[in-house]
Parts: sequence; C-alpha cells; structure tokens
Amino acid sequence: MNFQQMILTLQQFWAAQNCIIVNPYDTEKGAGTMNPMTFLRSLGPEPWKVAYVEPSRRPSDGRYGENPNRLYQHHQFQVIIKPSPDNIQELYLESLKALGVDALHHDIRFVEDNWENPSLGCAGLGWEVWLDGMEITQFTYFQQVGGIETHPVSVEITYGMERLASYIQEKENVFDLEWVDGITYGDVFHQPEYEHSKYTFEVSDVKMLFTLFNMYEQEAKKAMDQNLVFPAYDYVLKCSHTFNLLDARGAISVTERTGYITRVRNLARQVAATYVEEREKLGFPLLKKGGDL
Amino acid sequence: MAKDLLFEIGLEEVPARFLRAAMEQLKEKTVQWLEQSRLSHGAVEASATPRRLSVLVQDVAEKQDDVEEEVKGPSRKIAQDENGNWSKAALGFARGQGVDPEQFTFKELNGVEYIYVTKSSTGVDTASILAEGLLGILSSMNFPKNMRWGSYDYKFVRPIRWLVAMFGSDVIDLEVTGVKSGNVTRGHRFLGTEAVLSDASEYREALRSQHVIVDVKERENMILEQIGKLAQEKNWKIAIKDDLLEEVLFLVETPTVLFGTFDPSFLNIPQEVLITSMREHQRYFPVLDEQGKLLPFFVTVRNGDDRSLDVIAKGNEKVLRARLSDAKFFYDEDQKLEIKDALSKLESIVFHEELGTVGDKVRRIRKIADQLGEALQISGTEQEYVSRAADICKFDLVTQMVYEFPELQGVMGEDYARKAGENEAVAKAVFEHYQPRSASDDLPASLVGSIISIADKIDTIVGCFSIGIIPTGSQDPYALRRQSQGIVQILLAKQMPLTLSQIFGIAIDVHAQFREMKRQGSEIRKDLEEFFGLRVKKLLSENLRYDVVDAVIAAGFDDVMSIVSRGDALMNAVEGGDEFKTTVESFNRVSNLAAKASKAAVSESLLQEEAEKELHAAWLQVQKPYSTALEQRDGAKALGILGELKPAITNFFDAVMVMAEDEKVRANRLGLLAQIDQGLKQFADFNKLVW
Repeated sequence: MNFQQMILTLQQFWAAQNCIIVNPYDTEKGAGTMNPMTFLRSLGPEPWKVAYVEPSRRPSDGRYGENPNRLYQHHQFQVIIKPSPDNIQELYLESLKALGVDALHHDIRFVEDNWENPSLGCAGLGWEVWLDGMEITQFTYFQQVGGIETHPVSVEITYGMERLASYIQEKENVFDLEWVDGITYGDVFHQPEYEHSKYTFEVSDVKMLFTLFNMYEQEAKKAMDQNLVFPAYDYVLKCSHTFNLLDARGAISVTERTGYITRVRNLARQVAATYVEEREKLGFPLLKKGGDL
Repeated sequence: MAKDLLFEIGLEEVPARFLRAAMEQLKEKTVQWLEQSRLSHGAVEASATPRRLSVLVQDVAEKQDDVEEEVKGPSRKIAQDENGNWSKAALGFARGQGVDPEQFTFKELNGVEYIYVTKSSTGVDTASILAEGLLGILSSMNFPKNMRWGSYDYKFVRPIRWLVAMFGSDVIDLEVTGVKSGNVTRGHRFLGTEAVLSDASEYREALRSQHVIVDVKERENMILEQIGKLAQEKNWKIAIKDDLLEEVLFLVETPTVLFGTFDPSFLNIPQEVLITSMREHQRYFPVLDEQGKLLPFFVTVRNGDDRSLDVIAKGNEKVLRARLSDAKFFYDEDQKLEIKDALSKLESIVFHEELGTVGDKVRRIRKIADQLGEALQISGTEQEYVSRAADICKFDLVTQMVYEFPELQGVMGEDYARKAGENEAVAKAVFEHYQPRSASDDLPASLVGSIISIADKIDTIVGCFSIGIIPTGSQDPYALRRQSQGIVQILLAKQMPLTLSQIFGIAIDVHAQFREMKRQGSEIRKDLEEFFGLRVKKLLSENLRYDVVDAVIAAGFDDVMSIVSRGDALMNAVEGGDEFKTTVESFNRVSNLAAKASKAAVSESLLQEEAEKELHAAWLQVQKPYSTALEQRDGAKALGILGELKPAITNFFDAVMVMAEDEKVRANRLGLLAQIDQGLKQFADFNKLVW
C-alpha cells in the first residue's frame, strides 16, 4: 500500500465513523495536536469528531535529508473524538486492519506513555502503540488542554505515517517510501528536507526571529483584547514555530528556554479560556445537534 | 454453605509498573472488607494482566456471622435522677440505639457505673451486601496516576470496559461509568473471544481457554522456561534483569519468547550502550556468551502465540537497526567533541537556579575534592588525578548519547575520556564518581573515584541544605538520602580516616567561597548532623540490634569508622552472654550516680577508702590505652579495656558509701564516678542497652 493509499484508507475509515475530514491547517506547527481543530475543539462540552493529515515541522529534527529516519517535517494522521467512545481501542485496531495489519500475525501492544505539551498547557494519559516493537501511534486521553481540565474527555489518535509506511512497505529509508506508483517520498520531500535543514541550522536570521517572536506575541495579545480567538491562536502557533527555529539554532539558553515556553503557554491558556467563553456565548451550538455530528 | 466470589475489573491496558501493587491492593481491600463484614472465607487469590485486575475468593460464607455487641451509654449519674427516672440523655441514647430503656444494664468501668445495651445483630445474606462492598472496593483503589474518560467524572487508572462480579453462579449487579457487571469476561485481545462463566470458580480455566494466563506467577514461569530453553538450545546466556522481567510480565497475557539478530558491526559500540538501548527502548533481553560478552542477538516476549514469529522478529530487527544506527551516530559524533569544548557547554546547563550551573558545580567539586585529598594525605600523583577527574567528571552530560540515555552518564564519560587519552585512573573516576547509584549498586573501586564521589555528593547535599531543600517524609527530589548514605558507605568501605564534620566543614567553606549563602554555616551544619545521624543509624541497624545502635550513636557518630567498630564490638559482647551483662550493670551504676556529680574532678587527698583509691588507680591505668584504642578505632580493644574496670567498680560499690556525710568526700567520690562515666560515654551510653 503506498503512502497516498494509506492516507485515503484512514480518511475513509474514520469518515465511516462519522468523523468530519478536514485538511491540514495552514500555519506551521510541530504536531497535529496544535491544529485548532484539536487544540480548541477539544475544549468545552460540545461533541466533536474530526480526522486529518497534519504535516508537522520539528526544526531540530532536520538532518539535511541524510538520516533515514529523522525529518524536519513528517506527517501525522490525527483523529479526535469527544467524548471518547467506549470502543475506541477496537476501532483503532480495525483501522490497522484496514491498512493491512492483521493483529494475529503481528505483536501489537499498548505501552504506557503519558503525553505532555508544556508550551500549550496540555497533558494526557495513554499509550504508544507498538507494532512488532515499533511505535506507530500515540493514543491519548486528553486530561488538560490549554491549562483547562477537559470535560468531556477527548481521545486523540496520532498515527506516525512515515513509520507505519516504512513497516507496511518494508523500507529502511524514509525517502524510499512509495508515495504513489513511481513517485517516492524522496522525490517529493528530499529537497525541502535539505533546504529547511540548511536554513534552520545555518542561514536563519536569529535577530529577526527574536523580533518576530515578540511581534507575534504582541499581535496575539492584540487579537485577544478583542476576543478574536482564532486569529490570536494563529499567532500563538507562529510564536511556537519561531521559538522552535530559535531553539534548533541553539540561540536560546537553557535558562531562557523556560521563559519562552511560559510566554507561549500563557497565551495558549488565555486563548483556551476565551474560546470556551465565546462558544458559551454562542450557546455551544454543536451541543444542540446531539451526539453524532 | 459457601460459594466462590469473583470480581474482575476489565480495563484498557494498565501501565505495567502499576499492576503488581494494584493486584496486591485489590486483595488486601477485599480481605479487609470480608473481615469487616464478618464473612468467613477460604483462600484469596488476586491476579493481573494488562487488561484486568481480579480477585477470586474461595468459600465465602453465604451469611454473615451473627454478632452480639455491647454499646456503652452515659454514666448512671447522668442517666438517672435520685428517683431512678431516666434522664433526657438516657432516653436519647435508647432512641439512638433503637432499644427500650428497660433493656439497659449497668456495668462498672474504672469505678464508674455506666448504662449498656446489648445489641445482637443477625448476619444478613452475603448476596445482599456484595454489590455495595465491591463498589466500595473499586472506588477505594489507589493508583499513582488516575484519569478520566468519556463524559464521566469517575477517575481510575485506565478506562473500565467490563466487570465480572459473581457469587457462585449468581451475578452481583453493579454499574460504574456505564459498565454493567455480568458473568462474561474477555479473552486475549486477538486470540480469544468472550467467555461466559457459569460459576465464579471457572474463572481461570475459562480465561486459559481464551488464551489468557491470568496467574502472574504462571506467566513468569512460562517466560523463564521458554528463555531457559532457548538459552540451552543456542548455548547463550540471556541476561534477565528483574525489573525488565517484571515489566514484560505485565505487558502480555499469553507470553511467547522469540529472538532476533542485529548486525555484528554494531558491537564496536560499547556494550552498555547497546544493552541500554535494547532494554530501555525495546524491552529486549540482551544475549551474552559464556564470558559475558554481548552477542548480536536479542530476546523479546510477544503477547500472543507462535504464529508468524518470523514476521515479528523481522519487524523488531528493523526497529532495533534504526535504534542502533542512531546510537552509532551519536557515539561517532560525540567523539568529535573535545573535552574542553564539552566543559565550556556545562556553563549553560543550570544545575539549580540558586546553586548555579553545572560548570559552577564542577568548580566546587574540584575544590572540595582537592581538600579531601589533602586531608587524606594522598600522594602527589593521586592528587593530580583527583584534580583532573574533578574537572572533567561531568563533561559527558552534554554528549548526545547521555542526552538520549541519561542513565549512561558516567559510563560514556569513562569511555570517551579513555578514548581522548585521559589517564586510566581519571577515566575510571569519571564513571565511579556516580556510584553508588542505588542502594544495591557497587561503591567506587578506586581511591580517586571515591574522593570525587564524596565531593560531588556533599556538594549537592550542602548546596540543597543551604537553600532549605531538606528531605522530609517522602519528599526527596534530589535523592539526598541516597547520596548521604553513599558517602557513609564509601568512608567505611575505603576505611577513610575522615570525620563527617571535616567533610561538612570543607563543603560549607567551599560553597561560601563561591556563592552568597542564605543560611548560616552553623545552622546548615546542625541540619547535616541530624540528617547524617539518621543515615548512620540506618546503616548500623542493618547488622546490629537497635539498642546497641542507640547506645553507640549516643557516644557520637562523627567518626563513622569508629562507630562501626564500637558497634560491632558491643554487639559481640552483648550476644556473648551474661558475664557482659553484669559488666554493663556495673557501668550503669557508675553512670547513674555520676549524674548527681556537679563536676568530674578528683582530688587524691580526699580519697579515703582503699576501694576508692583502687578504682581511681585502675581508672588512671586504663585511661591511656583506652584513648589510644579509641583513636585507632579498635572498638573491641577499647571495650576490653573498659571491662577491666569491672572488679574495681564492683568492689567500690561494695565497700564505699558514695553519699558520705562529708560534703567534700561525697563530691569527690561523685567526681571520680563522673570521670569514669565520661570515659564510658566515649564508647557508648550503656544505659540504652536492653536485656
């Protein structure tokens, strides 16, 4: 099964579970969790079911396209369901079957892994799912998002697409993965991997990035003054990505690090709290539509 | 009549590290409830797999035991007036107990008469109280971490997905978070299906038929047996670390052992790195040859049967290949880093906000270590090694390998230091200075390593104490207890003639040279003494009776070698028999009277009786050899010398009237006893011994 078929299969599978299928969010982010479809929508009492692919940037993981396993940008397939359904593990295992992974002929385990994203004030409990010793999925019950205790609890399933594909396609090197017939992952992503790594580690303008961080922070605050949650959150994401670029460049000392993370977290908390208030003003519209979206 | 009671909590996969304690807790709480409920019962067996916690109790009575209970009410004085009429208090008591005042009886307690009622309650049917009991047990379960799920407010270790609650063949009806109890358990996630139980007693066998080995010990034996067979077949040594076995045990419901291989070229990386990567990341058991050398194989335990083991081995090999490639990359990269560059990076790693960077810490360790070396009068060459080892002991913290595997700190440092051409003694010390890393870990083998280890640990302890981080109860985030214990152990093992106060003094001075101290040195020292006192006590208590420990500690523990020697000698003597008991009795008579003395001075001219002159002479005679023996930390010899005083002491008390009429004579006699008492108390407070 090629990469594209895997994405289509998962989309189809979760669409059949009444998830809305949305497209990747257009602001840089380190993980699918940071997409407002997850970060904001997992807050408050409204039910929510969504699935999407998220290209996720981790500047410090950039390896100039030379490492067979590490990438500046990888792909996550993300599922969020609120409230978490009782049969969610079974659904997940069925989705693996849809990808051609028959549990009887493999060793599948749920190994404890508690997830935390301190810069967004998020914490959850769950597992990493192992397929014959390889971590292919993060499976998390959100307990806290943006510093707010979640109720009801959302379950998040994050498939690591490259890892899963390297297993399914039996490839050692991520760049050899088949995206579609005749086109490899490398054909599509090798050049950007190299260039982004070079930019991140050698070229980026540290002074400008610091300035940008401050400007983004200011803009987020300005938007928050008007209770404009979504624009404010976009700038929080920009702050976070800018911080990641600076961090990868080694421009932030250990002592300063906590300070920057706290600044991002404070913004995220404020956005989260205001989002819930704004939804309440609207009367939590999705609540009225009942269980299934 | 009795029936079996079964309670199974079906869960999404529970963290392996919680399961054993949870299983024991479930058992304990069940037994406790049965006993409180006056339900007689037979054997209680708890079990756990990743997806379930269960308890099966054999032969639970179908009815509670009947019971007669006496309830005490107010005293007769309060309950009745002079005319024998019941007071409000008495009537209230009767109402509260649901009895008629006619049923009151009177009984005396400590000379006061009280009213009593005797209530007999007939035991109710077990079936009628089980639901409430089991729910109580369920909601009282404690876990290190709990979670919420769905729309429920209930907190538990992981979501509850099914419940089996049966008394004999009957289902006990419970409901929690939308899950209703029944007689249906779930088998292995992939190999099994549901199983309907017609009686609680079928539990284990029903699960076995659905590919779940519910008994923990049985799973453990299966794993060990399969590993043993494989090892024999291949002529391997498979290194089984208990905590890994424990974890694996709770990751599987049907264990099947399999092995895989990796490219032998990875064996160029230090063995510890490969083993750590296999264990920590993948939960694999490493494979060794007869000589303990790592072989390019690994052993893992699959949660399932022996289907498609080749596919699974291949998958695991692929993962390990990526892991080891990463490790190799880090290993090669790290060696490009020069030690001096690594050291400069330590300046930007914060050790603790108030205690500065790791660079600051290293400078303090260097100073402390140098001074310890001087105090120990080590050779010039050794002193050089100490200085160099102190300077570089933390450099590997900035290597990629240690970033990836923090538990390899020191291990990598030793390897990299040797490769960078450092002296062997220095390289070894870089590793050894972390020892002992746990209560059961080895101590540093070399002198240089021991000195750096003490310096590093006392720096942390004094640093923390100086900013008010002093362990209390279970709060000890910097593992200061373990570190202080490590210092004491090293002093003993290396027979280092250093006192604790010397070490405290050096470390406090060094801290004061480098930083502004918020607390007074004397205050810190007081806390340190108390803290180390407890460690010494704990260490002594491993081999000695508590009263012996108390006795020798009372004579001071500043010199730990001395206290151990005194403790051992006293323990031997105490266990040696009655002879010593009479010796101690004579010492205690000395001490008890000495307490009455106003000062410990003797004037020879005031000594009148022969017996007191003899005692004084005897005391003068032993004084010198006694203090020499103490200085040499020869507890047995010192105690032997004290023993020589016994006849003179006995004689003294037989013949001399201590509390003489003449005030001066009396004071002089007490003064003599006080002198001897001071001497005794340098060894121990013999009064603390219990016979």
